[in-house]
Amino acid sequence: MSLLEVRNLVVEFPTRRATLRALDDISFEIAPGEILGVVGESGAGKSLTGASIIGLLEPPGRVAGGEILLEGQRIDNLRHEQMRHIRGRKIGAIFQDPLTSLNPLYSIGRQLVETIQTHLPLNAQQARERAIQLLKDTGIPAAEQRIDHYPHQFSGGMRQRVVIALALAAEPKLIVADEPTTALDVSIQAQIIGLLKRVCREHGAAVMLITHDMGVIAETCDRVAVMYAGRIAEIGPVHEVINHPAHPYTAGLMASIPDMEEERERLNQIDGAMPRLNAIPTGCAFNPRCPQVFDRCRVERPDLMNAGATRAACWLHAAAPAVVAAPGAAA
Amino acid sequence: MSTPETLTDGTAAAIEAAAPLVRAEGLAKTFDVSPPWLNRVLERKPRQLLHAVDEASFSIQKGQTLALVGESGCGKSTVARLLVGLYQPTRGSFFFRDQDAHAVFAGRGGHHLRRSIQMIFQDPYASLNPRWRVADIIAEPLHEHGMASSKAEAQERVGELLQSVGLAAADRVKYPHQFSGGQRQRISIARALATAPEFLVCDEPTSALDVSVQAQVLNIMKDLQRERGLTYLFISHNLAVVRHVSDAVGVMYLGRIVELAPKHELFRHPRHPYTRMLLDAIPKMHDTGRARTPVQGEVPNPLNPPTGCTFHPRCPHANERCKAERPALMQFQGIQVACHAVEEGRI
Repeated sequence: MSLLEVRNLVVEFPTRRATLRALDDISFEIAPGEILGVVGESGAGKSLTGASIIGLLEPPGRVAGGEILLEGQRIDNLRHEQMRHIRGRKIGAIFQDPLTSLNPLYSIGRQLVETIQTHLPLNAQQARERAIQLLKDTGIPAAEQRIDHYPHQFSGGMRQRVVIALALAAEPKLIVADEPTTALDVSIQAQIIGLLKRVCREHGAAVMLITHDMGVIAETCDRVAVMYAGRIAEIGPVHEVINHPAHPYTAGLMASIPDMEEERERLNQIDGAMPRLNAIPTGCAFNPRCPQVFDRCRVERPDLMNAGATRAACWLHAAAPAVVAAPGAAA
Repeated sequence: MSTPETLTDGTAAAIEAAAPLVRAEGLAKTFDVSPPWLNRVLERKPRQLLHAVDEASFSIQKGQTLALVGESGCGKSTVARLLVGLYQPTRGSFFFRDQDAHAVFAGRGGHHLRRSIQMIFQDPYASLNPRWRVADIIAEPLHEHGMASSKAEAQERVGELLQSVGLAAADRVKYPHQFSGGQRQRISIARALATAPEFLVCDEPTSALDVSVQAQVLNIMKDLQRERGLTYLFISHNLAVVRHVSDAVGVMYLGRIVELAPKHELFRHPRHPYTRMLLDAIPKMHDTGRARTPVQGEVPNPLNPPTGCTFHPRCPHANERCKAERPALMQFQGIQVACHAVEEGRI
């Protein structure tokens, strides 16, 4: 059984003029212990997907359809109080900016102990020992002394380690990590990604890793979902999606990343920009930018369908298996 | 009037062939970050100086791109601001077409020199005035430098500039909020090009953009360089982008250039341990699931840098000499590198 199941999720933002659909009919699953990457450009809806799962959608945004199941139990319709018990205990969260996820007025030990005691039946002494152990697990040197320090006394990379320790405090089954390394320098990024991967494996937690960095996805995830304009464009095993993309958007995205291994005079670019929510084209949302567009794309919206080793929302894969232009071939 | 143009015109052909367009010599910038006077007196706190950039020397030939890479706080943006004259250097000087640019900036020719050196900033949201129309944003440098005799002429130039960065001339009546991030960055580029500069300082021009949009902006920058013979100083923390755009690369660490080499040489044979570390830290796209050996440690506090080579606490090759003696940037097989281990042949 899958750990998390998202079925036909729709998230809407009512505005004065119209109701904007930010997530439109999204379905995916995460298996226990799996690392699922969610990648896309700004505004694709990847953070909203994460926020819906942890129940932290900012009003007026609301889940307007579909359901989210954690271990077979619906969590999208829970009341605020019930959701608080799940958040932290079953789903941990890591956000982009470690400085805003920590309270500057409390020592990190107090924040860790509070989280541990909220969810686990431990006394103060046991909770503190557990907190020190978590800090050691996440690679904080001299954890016994550092536990009484305040967030401002830590560097950016160290703070993100503390946030990971906090997310793991109650042994959740799922960690939602929203751009956990974006605010960090490259050399620190590698450390944090390695750490996240290791501790989640050791603690048996599945991870939903939201990022715009394809490189991070490539080396961390088992599967990846590529999002575009509030929908999943393609989902599948990470090496298949990267090396044999089935959706023209994935192919274009991959080709536009400057590569360390090969050199090109010009980068492959996808002309245009992602549509705004109030102007999503009919049919496939990618059709105005797609190099392989044909009539059906402009009128009928594709759902995810089998496309070789992955699943892609693209009419090219509807009947006979069509060939997607290789990245860079067009340039 | 003694302008840069009239000075070089006579000898231009002879000088331009050999001399680099841009040359920095021992450029240094120190910021005074001392506590207020009262605290110093009452609490006996000492003065504190932050050496943001120290001994930066490099040169760029006309039509070439030098990239500066490094992590936050390494001083790369300070170098950018020194080159466009937003900061006065504490020591050292910067020569543009063989004239001391900061002396010119201070004198009567400064206004004229600014035409030739323009800057593109990182954040396309913060660097455009939200209350101005695009036409006014791009025309401002034209009016400021008296490069348009009439309103109509200015507007004609604005239309041309917008087209040269892939936007429509009709976009001039819009406001910045009506554009996406990538389009805004193109407006910044159009504004920087308005005075027909020769040298563009680009401070992380694509860091705030999505990858597909980043590709559009990088392609436009390369096209413009080819068409107009522009010279770029390109500042970035993304080595993959740097590899795509640059001719030579300078790697900075805690205010100093630790390696300066032609692009191919740097990526094929990185010499300095920090350069190797940065290259190792990049996730490899087509090598999924490969575990990297992450580098230990973080960038130290620049207020209190380590003695000797500032990289020694994180360096796997450090020895006693590295802890005590600061390595100078040395010529070494066509590249420049500041490392005792490389000099001694230990790595």
